[in-house]
Amino acid sequence: MMNNTIVWMIIGMGIVTYIPRMLPFVALSGLKLPTFVQGVLKNVPYATLGALIVPGIFMIQEDIWFGIIGAGVAFLAAFLGANVIVVVLSAIAALSVYSYFL
Amino acid sequence: MTTGLLVRKQSEFRIGIQAGVSIAIGYMPVALTFGLLAKSTGLTVMETVLMSIVVFAGAAQYISLSLMAVGTGALEIILTTFIVNIRHFLMSASLNEKMEEDHPVKKALYAFGITDETFSVAAVKEGSVSTGYMAGTIIVAYSSWVVFSGIGHVIGASLPETLQESMSVALYAMFIGLLVPSMKKHKKVVILATLAAIFNSILTPILSTGWAIVSATLASAILVEYVAQHQKRKGKNDE
Repeated sequence: MMNNTIVWMIIGMGIVTYIPRMLPFVALSGLKLPTFVQGVLKNVPYATLGALIVPGIFMIQEDIWFGIIGAGVAFLAAFLGANVIVVVLSAIAALSVYSYFL
Repeated sequence: MTTGLLVRKQSEFRIGIQAGVSIAIGYMPVALTFGLLAKSTGLTVMETVLMSIVVFAGAAQYISLSLMAVGTGALEIILTTFIVNIRHFLMSASLNEKMEEDHPVKKALYAFGITDETFSVAAVKEGSVSTGYMAGTIIVAYSSWVVFSGIGHVIGASLPETLQESMSVALYAMFIGLLVPSMKKHKKVVILATLAAIFNSILTPILSTGWAIVSATLASAILVEYVAQHQKRKGKNDE
């Protein structure tokens, strides 16, 4: 059973989430943007990643060491050239060990 | 000719699927917890899965639950969702520059699957990104999100506490795994990420989640681009 108001709310949430995702792909399709804007958009992924990692990773647990160890292990694994899945699994493994001994 | 093209398309799709696996692992604990929280908020399993199918945006879905729990109206929840997810506009605009040209209808289709995670994976990929690759990555990530939302609701529990806590680092670890190889290659990437991290740390306590990330990202990306072009011009004048 589903509540009508909730279903409509979910559909509304879906629409307002989809529009910002879709608009640039359709509106900017085949359009040549000014060089400066192109440069900014090329920078966006790396800036986004920085903002997605910090400060979030230090706030996943009340114990800040959780984030510090996770970030440290992931960074080290990535720096040594491990692929992304290995980086993810090493961070999870390190924190499992850490919480086990806590 | 046609078969050659088909084989290439298939392998692009397969590579995309592989790239989506780390997202799927990262989504598992987040989606399980979402399902669990949705149940305790009073949503049925159908409503929970429907939300994950239709919205496919972790942060916004979590926020909608906490708003519903305090009795917030539907319109206000929809507006909040819009504000939290407006950052995807910036991500889509950035990724659009990198995508292979394709029919607008296909672009509008994969646009549905742009999340922080699918964007990040595609955006740091070497060279341009094909529609097949994008489809592969999104299908794996989306399936994990929808299926584990449902499982979280049905079993009414998440993973064992220790594992759940450890797995909460997964998406962050993935972002680090995506960022570091480019940091090693370009000093510019180090500056971009560091600046955005500092800006976001300052803005997070002041602004809401969506706006803090958008503002920090834009500020860093514009500042670095401005300095880079200024230096280029100066270099030309010095010659």
